[in-house]
Amino acid sequence: MTEYRLSDGELEAAFQQRVDEERKIEPKDWMPEAYRKNLIRQISQHAHSEVIGMQPEGNWITRAPTLKRKMILLAKVQDEAGHGLYLYGAAETLGVTREEMIQALHEGRAKYASIFNYPTLTWADVGVIGWLVDSAAIVNQISLQRTSYGPYSRAMIRICKEESFHQRQGFEMLMPLASGSPEQKAMAQDAMDRWWWPTLMMFGPHDSDSMHSAKSMQWKIKRRSNDELRQDFVDQTVPQAEYLDLAIPDPDLKWNEERGHYDFGEIDWDEFWAVVSGDGLCNRERLDRHGEAHREGEWVREAMRAYEEKRQST
Amino acid sequence: MTPSRALPEFVLALGDDSLVLGQRLSEWCGKAPFLEEDIAIANVALDYLGRAEKFYRYVSELEGGRRSVDEIAFLRDSRAYRNLLIFELPVGDFARTMARQFMVDAFHLPYLRRLSRSADARIGAIAAEAVKESRYHLKRSREWVLCLGGGTRESRGRIQRAFDALWGYGPEMFEMDRHEKALIESGVSVDRSALKAKWQASMTDLLAQAGLKVPDREWSIAGGRDGVHTEHHGYLLAEMQYMQRAYPGLAW
Repeated sequence: MTEYRLSDGELEAAFQQRVDEERKIEPKDWMPEAYRKNLIRQISQHAHSEVIGMQPEGNWITRAPTLKRKMILLAKVQDEAGHGLYLYGAAETLGVTREEMIQALHEGRAKYASIFNYPTLTWADVGVIGWLVDSAAIVNQISLQRTSYGPYSRAMIRICKEESFHQRQGFEMLMPLASGSPEQKAMAQDAMDRWWWPTLMMFGPHDSDSMHSAKSMQWKIKRRSNDELRQDFVDQTVPQAEYLDLAIPDPDLKWNEERGHYDFGEIDWDEFWAVVSGDGLCNRERLDRHGEAHREGEWVREAMRAYEEKRQST
Repeated sequence: MTPSRALPEFVLALGDDSLVLGQRLSEWCGKAPFLEEDIAIANVALDYLGRAEKFYRYVSELEGGRRSVDEIAFLRDSRAYRNLLIFELPVGDFARTMARQFMVDAFHLPYLRRLSRSADARIGAIAAEAVKESRYHLKRSREWVLCLGGGTRESRGRIQRAFDALWGYGPEMFEMDRHEKALIESGVSVDRSALKAKWQASMTDLLAQAGLKVPDREWSIAGGRDGVHTEHHGYLLAEMQYMQRAYPGLAW
């Protein structure tokens, strides 16, 4: 343990000052225990989201319609595994192991992004996830590049670069559908109809209902509020949907000249809370499948440990 | 057999080998024992899919553009697929996947080295690229065989069973159909049979190093080059070709 000569109150004041001055907090710096816990919660949730997010898109790798699309999709899902690794690594700097984080996921103590509890039913879903879901993720992650914790901020900078590439790929994947046969257009529109609202839900509850927000903002773990980020996403996405000639399934969506933003309808919060608390179409399956792969991999990980030990003892 | 027919048939077979194994390996994505391995297996899968794309593109050109790359990949039935059986076998458990990988990597590296000097510059260039990939694949699969052989009782049992089950699919890698044979003299293809002894020695060596037994009875099963496949092959194609079959003639 490091010995500090200052009292907790003084340390906390110095910590907050450092945050206010936009200097990054690094792993060896003193930090309030609640800050550390909050970060572990958020970063591990983010890591789990990358990893669970491999499932809905991975669902189409073996069925991708062309060789080129298959390679693009496989490379994309591979990138997500990479993002999971960066993020687990960032969380590990806070004194928690990857194994502990995975255990927390399996026991339901850690969450992942609810969006991945919706099923990918058609090929168009893969394009829409790349376009909408990755756009929403980027809007959130751009603000997190400035998060106060150094390792998290640096992971976000790397991840953002790759995500914006994925987002363009998703958009590009939808273009032949949008300009294709009536069947293809219908497939794209159906995907849009199913993914639009869940994507808006990705930004979380309204600011007034968000449990973790106030402290996270003060500590600059979080830099912008859920509602601000959601508005940004809607504003940037409407023209893209127009370009693809896809209708946004919201009768209340319209440009508000006075605000300089799009107005949009109210999210179905009952659905949001149902999915968050485990009752989405795929929640159980996503977790089961992750747990299954993890358990099935145990003999391999054990073999690695045993082999490593034997090698070191000889 | 005219050389003009033999060349596209030969290249097609190489493409089929690559695509079918790439497809199989891609099944691991999201199911590997840990994240680093998800990434590594996806890398290998991407290498094979990339090879398939290059070989098929060449076939398409040799045919004067009669079929596109994707028509070649997605619109043939099992009997017209000419991949060797070892590539199409189900992934099985991690040991099965790695044992197969070691068997094919230990073949591919010397084979591709020779093929990179093919009299056909296009084939040579594709093979030369693939050599670099296979060098990395072999390093990895070799380490995994050693690790699983030297790890726990369970891992040793699993990797031994994997080799026992796969053993007889190895010899087919050294057989040649009439198209491939027809191209040896001109230096376009490589005499595979000349590589067999060395391959067998490298298998025996590594298995011994890993504390595994070389299966005591030699057996071999073949048929892939004639389009006579395992029953798994039809399901692999049904899944892979689903979109092209369900929505014929559309651009994606």
